[in-house]
Amino acid sequence: MDSFGAFLEIFLQALVAGLLVGAIYGLMCVGLGIIFGVMRVINFAQGDFLMLGMYFTLYVVGGVAALPLLGSAAAPFITAVLAGPALYVGGYLLHRFLISRVTGTRVAGIEGEGHYAQLILTLGVALIIENGGLIVFGSTPQSVRTPLAARAWEIPLLYNDTATIFLNQARIIAALVSLVVGAALYWLINRSRLGKTLRAAADNPRAATYMGIEVDRAHRIAFGIGTGVTAIAGGLVGTFNPFQPYVGLDFVIIMYAGVVLGGMGSILGAFWGGMTIGLVQQLSTLVLPVQLQNAAIFAVFLLVVLIRPQGFFGRATERV
Amino acid sequence: MQSRGGLGVHLLIVAGLAVAWLGLGSLVSNSYYLLMMTLVPIWAVMGLSWNLLSGYTGLVSFGHAAFFGLGAYTVTIALVSFDVTPWLGIPMGMVVGAAAGAIIGYPTFRLRGHYFALSMLAYPMALLYVFEWLGYQEVPLPMKREAPGWYMQFSDYHLYIALAVALLVAALLVTLAVERSRFGMSLLAIKQNEPAAEAAGIDTLAWKMRAIMLSGGIAAAAGGLYAVVLLVVTPDSVFGMLTSAQALVVVLFGGVGTLWGPVIGAAVLIPLSETLQAQLGDKIPGIQGVVYGIAIIAVILLAPEGIYWRVRDRLARSRGSAAPAPALPVAPVIPLARPPAPAAERTSILRVSGLDKSFGGLRAVAEVSFEVQVGEILGIIGPNGAGKTTLFNLLNGFLRAGSGEITFEGRSLAGLKPNRICGLGVGRTFQVVRAFARMSILQNVVIGAYVATARGDEALVAAREALARVGLLERADAIAGSLTNKELRLMELARALAGRPRLLLMDEPLAGLGAVEVEDMIAVIRSISASGVTVVIIEHTMRAMMRLAGRLVVLDHGRILASGHPRDVTNDRSVVEAYLGTKWAAIRA
Repeated sequence: MDSFGAFLEIFLQALVAGLLVGAIYGLMCVGLGIIFGVMRVINFAQGDFLMLGMYFTLYVVGGVAALPLLGSAAAPFITAVLAGPALYVGGYLLHRFLISRVTGTRVAGIEGEGHYAQLILTLGVALIIENGGLIVFGSTPQSVRTPLAARAWEIPLLYNDTATIFLNQARIIAALVSLVVGAALYWLINRSRLGKTLRAAADNPRAATYMGIEVDRAHRIAFGIGTGVTAIAGGLVGTFNPFQPYVGLDFVIIMYAGVVLGGMGSILGAFWGGMTIGLVQQLSTLVLPVQLQNAAIFAVFLLVVLIRPQGFFGRATERV
Repeated sequence: MQSRGGLGVHLLIVAGLAVAWLGLGSLVSNSYYLLMMTLVPIWAVMGLSWNLLSGYTGLVSFGHAAFFGLGAYTVTIALVSFDVTPWLGIPMGMVVGAAAGAIIGYPTFRLRGHYFALSMLAYPMALLYVFEWLGYQEVPLPMKREAPGWYMQFSDYHLYIALAVALLVAALLVTLAVERSRFGMSLLAIKQNEPAAEAAGIDTLAWKMRAIMLSGGIAAAAGGLYAVVLLVVTPDSVFGMLTSAQALVVVLFGGVGTLWGPVIGAAVLIPLSETLQAQLGDKIPGIQGVVYGIAIIAVILLAPEGIYWRVRDRLARSRGSAAPAPALPVAPVIPLARPPAPAAERTSILRVSGLDKSFGGLRAVAEVSFEVQVGEILGIIGPNGAGKTTLFNLLNGFLRAGSGEITFEGRSLAGLKPNRICGLGVGRTFQVVRAFARMSILQNVVIGAYVATARGDEALVAAREALARVGLLERADAIAGSLTNKELRLMELARALAGRPRLLLMDEPLAGLGAVEVEDMIAVIRSISASGVTVVIIEHTMRAMMRLAGRLVVLDHGRILASGHPRDVTNDRSVVEAYLGTKWAAIRA
């Protein structure tokens, strides 16, 4: 009974950790999912947008904390959200001047519809951002400091006086912010006029063009939103995870795994894909050595994709 | 997809390149440049490996580091733990790489497009963490001073260059052999239109498996040599994402699906990145990555399909050789060599009974039963959405029936893949023509001929014969992407005929044709039928159908509404109501 109780405590702790990390991974994946769903472009630089969100938060948090009415506790999270609009502009311009040259209407007729050029281009952008980051930010690992990171709410488990689940306050708030941003985005995509435009452009670019939708503009906006959302997730991760300019590489693969798991083109699916990865990552530590927690992610990922190629929420659309 | 001619030229260039590289190497004594001159061929080999799978089949792999890393670790572990020389270790690594290709390929080929690409990424990443966990964080290769040559440890660095060049030459020769054979043609067909390749009798899964195993073996050889040259292996350096990325970057940069693309890419990019690293990397860390990134972006904006294609297009334009092929009139239908099959005994060639297929709640085909007699032309008509094309997809194996039976010449077709059904003698054309757009007419038809022939020259003969039958022989060298609708339909028909089918399924062969073209097509179909091929046609053009078909089957909402002689069927009240309309009835009356 005692050993079971101990296991239950560890299990619940891992479950909570998985849910909290999963909520933020979910938001990251939503950012990528919007870009991928609307444009069908594989963007290797997505992890670097995450990194830029982290550094944005790091450098701006001081200014935000100095504002009246805002304590140093709330400032990092507000700053992370501010990284969204800031990086939206960056993503919008990046698409306008670079990405659009190898996507959308320009590449009709090129072999592989320009996918090859897109891969190289985004890889080039990733290299520039990472290494530019190294020059500007330096290689020392940084973190966004918040007093909440050292505080936890304790939830006693009723069956036993000593067993307690610790809820790190920084992570709880980060997860909540992530959920709120995700919900707002869900509303934007599914309810608003802009969202309809984006979905139409994604679903059938040609038909959308005939209906008077500027597909290239829709792509720019989607790219901007996707960049901004991932940057917000980056700022939130930065409150509990130290980072350096190459940190994006650690996350970009997780993001793609999440998006594929959820079913490409589904915003909700991308969120649950990210959540799944967070849970697998944390729960796998119960049965596997810590070094293998990322291997477990990829094993689960492959298993799901091979059994259900269209992901949790995707539709099988192949037609002969 | 370069021109097929000039094997001798390619071999000469390969030999010249190898000699030039070795000659250049012998002039260099700086150890740093010697290393660079070894790495260029190694990455070119890695690029060729990637190209063999992804360049030719179009299935982009983000996971080639898996094979590279397995090769590197096989060599390393064999040497460290079992004292096995890399001379054996590299071949062992190639076996491991090929086996990994089979294990990875079999499940992953179920996926297509981006799903395939991204799933491939997961394999090297999983392996990376597993190898770290196994305790192979950083494994140095031990020095073997007693017998350096036996352990591939040369004091003269030029020997490493020779080894790398030898590997590159081998990889180039393999690629050349693949490119010029049925193997390469099948891979290109898969890239351009996988369902069409499958329906034309190409066993797409088998060819893809061969491609990934060969590719895995070659990548493992590159990885093994890499370990020998660098003398230390870490999971990050061989399984890392940058290794996979490097493989695809050198190919995309140089030119996808070409023999020389990977070589060009490696020869430009590896020295560029190494030099930047050496010249700038220590002064401002990171600047080399920025410059490299800018460089590859600039080049890809100028040459989105890679340098090879860009240069080739330039050369073609300056030579003015892009003169359009003369538009030849379509040749008259050549009389058939084979005498028509004896029409005496009317036995059934295809028997369909109780066929059922549902998509979710929609019953696309419901309890369909009919027989096709040897030598007849059977027409299948019905309104849009009646289930006609679905029926064809069931017959040729694209779809699995929910229930019911299909027997062809007494043999059940249940569970067979399209290429097997094609091999048994069932040819097919599509409602929307599925061409291999970047191939010539002749190449398109040759692919259809593989299923019925064992050797390349036989396939060529069969293809020319089929082209003659539809009257396209004089246009044989035109590229499929440039054809008119009628030519495309005739080409697809020839592709189906080249497989020597005894039953031909034609899905709306007259769609989009003008009145005169319809007459030509009818004449071709009649002559095919006269040569003894049984024909089933889906068609909307009732007039043509009345003249062509000996019998009609009418489908509506997935069910057979009527069947029999065209005149009887078109007088059937229910058919008129469901499909033909009362206007038709008025004309007939």
